[in-house]
Amino acid sequence: MMLRRARVLILWVACVAFAAFVVARAHYITDLSAFLPSNPTPVQQLLVDQLRDGPATRLILIALEQGDAAARARVSAAMVDLLRKDSQFSSVNNGAAVAGQRDREFLFQHRYLLSEAVSAERFSAAGLNAAIKETIDNLASPAGLLFKSLLPRDPTGELLNISDQLARAAAPQSRDGVWVSADATRALAVAQTAASGSDSDAQSKAIDAIRAAFATAAGKLQPGPNNGVQLRLSGPGVFAVAARTKIERAAVRLSIASCILVVALLLAVYRSLPALGLGLLPVTTGALVGVAAVALGFGAVHGITLGFGITLIGESVDYSIYYFIQSRHRFEHGVAGRSWQQLWWPTVRLGMLTSVCGFASLLPSGFPGLRQLGLYSISGLIAAALVTRFVLPALLPGNFAIRDVTPFGARIAALLQGVRRIGRASIVLWSIALAMLAIAVLFHDRATLWNRELSALSPVSIQEQDYDARLRADLGAADVRDLVIVSGPDLESILRSAERAARALQGLVDDKTIGGFESPANYLPSMATQEIRRSSLPSASELRANLKQALDGLPLRADRLQLFLEDIEATRHAALVTSRDLIGTSLNTGFDALILHSRDKWDALLPLRSAVPGGPIDMARVVAALKDAKVDDAQVLDLKQESDTLYASYLSEALRFSLAGFLALTVLLLIALRSPLRVARVLAPLVLAVLSVAAGLAIAGVHLTILHLVGMLLIVAVGSNYALFFDRQAHAEEGGSEALTLASLVIANASTVIGFGLLSFSQVPVLVALGTTVAPGAFLALLFAAIGAPAGNAHAQHP
Amino acid sequence: MRLAFIVLIILGALNGPAHGAAPPASRAAPPASRAAPPAFSDLNEVMAQLAMRQHGRVEFIEQHFLKVLNHPIESSGELRYDAPDRLEKRTLHPHAETLLLTGGVLTVERAHSRRVMDLHAFPQVLPFVESIRATLAGDRSALERLFHLEFTGSVARWTLTLVPLESKVKQSVSQVRIEGAQDQLLKVEIRQPDGDRSLMTLRPSTLP
Repeated sequence: MMLRRARVLILWVACVAFAAFVVARAHYITDLSAFLPSNPTPVQQLLVDQLRDGPATRLILIALEQGDAAARARVSAAMVDLLRKDSQFSSVNNGAAVAGQRDREFLFQHRYLLSEAVSAERFSAAGLNAAIKETIDNLASPAGLLFKSLLPRDPTGELLNISDQLARAAAPQSRDGVWVSADATRALAVAQTAASGSDSDAQSKAIDAIRAAFATAAGKLQPGPNNGVQLRLSGPGVFAVAARTKIERAAVRLSIASCILVVALLLAVYRSLPALGLGLLPVTTGALVGVAAVALGFGAVHGITLGFGITLIGESVDYSIYYFIQSRHRFEHGVAGRSWQQLWWPTVRLGMLTSVCGFASLLPSGFPGLRQLGLYSISGLIAAALVTRFVLPALLPGNFAIRDVTPFGARIAALLQGVRRIGRASIVLWSIALAMLAIAVLFHDRATLWNRELSALSPVSIQEQDYDARLRADLGAADVRDLVIVSGPDLESILRSAERAARALQGLVDDKTIGGFESPANYLPSMATQEIRRSSLPSASELRANLKQALDGLPLRADRLQLFLEDIEATRHAALVTSRDLIGTSLNTGFDALILHSRDKWDALLPLRSAVPGGPIDMARVVAALKDAKVDDAQVLDLKQESDTLYASYLSEALRFSLAGFLALTVLLLIALRSPLRVARVLAPLVLAVLSVAAGLAIAGVHLTILHLVGMLLIVAVGSNYALFFDRQAHAEEGGSEALTLASLVIANASTVIGFGLLSFSQVPVLVALGTTVAPGAFLALLFAAIGAPAGNAHAQHP
Repeated sequence: MRLAFIVLIILGALNGPAHGAAPPASRAAPPASRAAPPAFSDLNEVMAQLAMRQHGRVEFIEQHFLKVLNHPIESSGELRYDAPDRLEKRTLHPHAETLLLTGGVLTVERAHSRRVMDLHAFPQVLPFVESIRATLAGDRSALERLFHLEFTGSVARWTLTLVPLESKVKQSVSQVRIEGAQDQLLKVEIRQPDGDRSLMTLRPSTLP
C-alpha cells in the first residue's frame, strides 16, 4: 500500500516536473495568428500578410482636441518636430511642409522620367506650344506664381504635373498650417511606425513616445483657459495595445476576485486549510499539463490559450469538491463502507469523458486558437481527473475529513422534494413547454442569431471604432479596406503590372466608381515606362527647332529657355531612376508601404478610396475593369469582407463540429449507461439549459459569437457531471447519501457560477460572452438536472 | 494621404526655404495708429462703409506684367464677395478658373484639377488675396496685421497703399495699391520685388 502510494506520488511529481520544464521552455506568441488560418488559400494569405504587416497596421492617427485652434496648431507643430527625430517612426505628418530639400532635388532632377505627361508628342512643336501656353496661363493665378522662377528650366510645367500626380490621394483640410478635422475642432496628424503593426511591444513603445512628445509640446504652452489641449490616439496598433492591456488587466482583476470568492467559499465549506490547498492540486496540475500539451503539440502557445484555458478546465476544481465532500460517506460508514473511488469515480470518469467529447469538437477547427483550446482542455481535464483519483487519496492522511455538510445538503434535498411534489408528468410537460418556447425564440431570431463579423470578437468598443472612422474620414485616409494587389517575381514586373492596373483604375475614377487610388508606380515608374519617356525626349537640335516653332505667338523668347534645353539633353544621357534613388527622400516611406517582399514573391498594393467617404466600393466593377485591361496577375481584396468570411467559416465549422461532438457524447453515454431512457434523462437538462441560455441571450439582443458556442460546450461539459451524479444516485445499489451528493454539486456549481459570473462584468467582449453563457447555463443545468432526476433508492437513505 | 503634403513640399519649396506653420503675423498687437493724421479718419470712414456691404459682385480685367514674358498676359472674369471671409475670383478668359478663398484656405479649381492651399503655410501667396478680402470686409485690423497702411485722398476718391510687414511676405510682394471711391474698389495693383506687377481693374458686373 505504502509502496503503491509512493509510486503514484513519484510518477505525479515526475509528470509535473516534465510539464513545468516544457512550459518554461515553450514559445509564447501574442500576435494575431491565433485568429488566422494555418493553411490559407492564396487570397487568405494576402489577408494574413495585410493583417500582419500591411501599411494600414502601421498607422497611428493622432488627434488634438480641446483648447483653441492656435494652441492646437502650436502643440501639433512642436510635437511633430520631436517625433520626426525619432527613428521609431518612418514618417510623421501634420500637414506642415517639411524642409524636404532632397525630395525637391529628387523630383526636379528626374522630372522628365517621373512625369506622366512626358511623351514624344509633348515635345513636338504643337505639344510644346500647348504645354508652355498652359504654364504661362498658370502664372496669372497666385498658385502658378509660385512656379514663376522655374519657368526658364521647366516651361512645360512637369514639376507641377508630378505634384498633381502625387497628390491624387485626398488631402485633409488645413488651418493655421496643420491638418484639422472637417469641423475644425481637432488638429490631426499621422505617424507611421517603422515596426509592423502586429508587433505590440514596438507599438506600445511608439505610443509612449507620442505621449511623451505631446506632454513636452503641451508643456511649452502658457497655462490659460484656451490651452488645455488633449491628446487622443487611434489606429490598429493603438487598438491592439489597448486591447492587450485591457485583457491583461481584466484577466488579472477578475482572476484575483474570483480566486478570493471561490477560496472563501471552499474555506467556509471545508474549514480546513490543507483541504483547500489539496483541492487546488487537480486544477493546477491540469493547467500545467494543458499548456505543456499545447506546447508539444503545436510548437508554440498562443496568448489566447493561456488566457482562456484555465476557465475551460474550471470543471477540475469540481473534482476535488466531489472527492472531499463525498468521501465523508466512507468516513461515516468506516472501513466497511465502500470508498469514493469505488462509489463515485466511475461517474466522475464518465463526466470527464463526456467533457472530452465536447472539447474534442474544437480539435479539427480551422481556427488555430480553438484547436489549442481544445487540446488544452482535453489534456488538462484528463490530468486533473487522474490527480483526483490517484494523487489526492495518496496525499490525504487516513483519517482526513472535512466538516460535515450533510445538514446543508439535507436542507437542499427538502427544498427539492417540495418542487418534485408537482409530479413527474408536470415536470416533463413544463420542460417541453420551456424547450418549445426557447426554440420558438431562436427560430424567430434565426436571421440575426449569429454575429458573422470578425469585429464581434474585437475588444475595441463601438465608440472607439466610430471615432477611428471619423478621424480617417477627416484625414482622407483610406482605411485600406479595399485593395488591388498585383504580384510578380521581381520589382520591375509588379511595377509594370501596377501601371497597367492604374490605367484601368483611372477609368473607374473618371466615371466615379471609385474616388481614387494609390500606387507604388506613382513614386517610382517601372524601368520600361521610364525608358519610353527617356527615348521620347528629342535631341538638342530637334528640340531647338520644335521650340522655335512652338513659341510662335507666345510671349516667351526661346533664348530664355537655354537651361530647359540643357536639362532635357542631360536626362537623355542620365541613368534611369531606381528604388535606391528614393532612399533618403520622404517618398521612400510612401513607396515602401505599398510594396511587400517575401523571398521570391513581390506584391504591389493599390489601396482604393471610395467615391463617397465611408461609402462602399462596387468591387465587381473593379474586377471587371481589371479583367478588361488584361491585368491577369491582379487580385482584388476586400479586407473586411475577407476577414468576415474567414470568421463565418470558423463559426459554421465550429457549429458542425459541436453537433458532431454532441453525437459522440450521446454514443458514449449509450455505451456506458446501456439505456436510451437514462441517456435521455441525462441529456435533457443539458439541452434545456443550453436552449434557455441561447434564447435568453437572443431576447437580450445579443448576437452569438464563436465564444458563446464555446460557452455552450462548457455548459454541457460541466452539466453532464451534475446529470450523471443524479443518474448514479437513482440507479446504483449503494448510492451514498443524497444529501452529500447534493451539497457537493451545489458547492461545485456555486464556484463555477462565481467564476464565470465575474467574467460577465468585464469590458472585454470575449470574456463577457463566456461569462454570460456559462454562469446562467451551469446554474440552469444543475437546477434542471435536480428537478428532473428520478427519486431513486437514495431517497430511502435520507435521514 | 501622405502624398497630399508633397504638393505642399514642392510648392512651399520654390520660394525660399520651406517653413512650418508660421502665420505671417503672429497675434502681436496691431501697430496702434498713434497720433491719427486727418486722412486716417477718412480711412475709418471708408472702412466703415466697406464693412456695411455684405455682398459684392464686380467684373475684373487683370494684366500681368512679367519680365520673363515679352508682353503682358491678360485675364478677365468676375469677383464675388460675401462678408466676412468668402472671396471668389472666377476667371472666364482666356481659361476658366475658379479661385475660392474661405476661412484662410484657398481652393484653385480648373477643368481637370483642384488644388487646396492653406494660406498660413504659404505666406507668399497671402498678400495677393488677403489684401483684397480684408479691404472688401472693411477689416482694418486684419490689414494692419499684415501691412503697413497709407491712406491718401478722400472718401470720395481714395488710394490705400499696403506694404507688407513680414520679411517672408516681402519676398513675394513689395506693395499693394488699392484705388477706390467710397465703398467701391476700382483698381488693385500688386508689385513684386523683382519688378513684375499685376493690375486689376474693376467695374460693376454686367454678367448674368
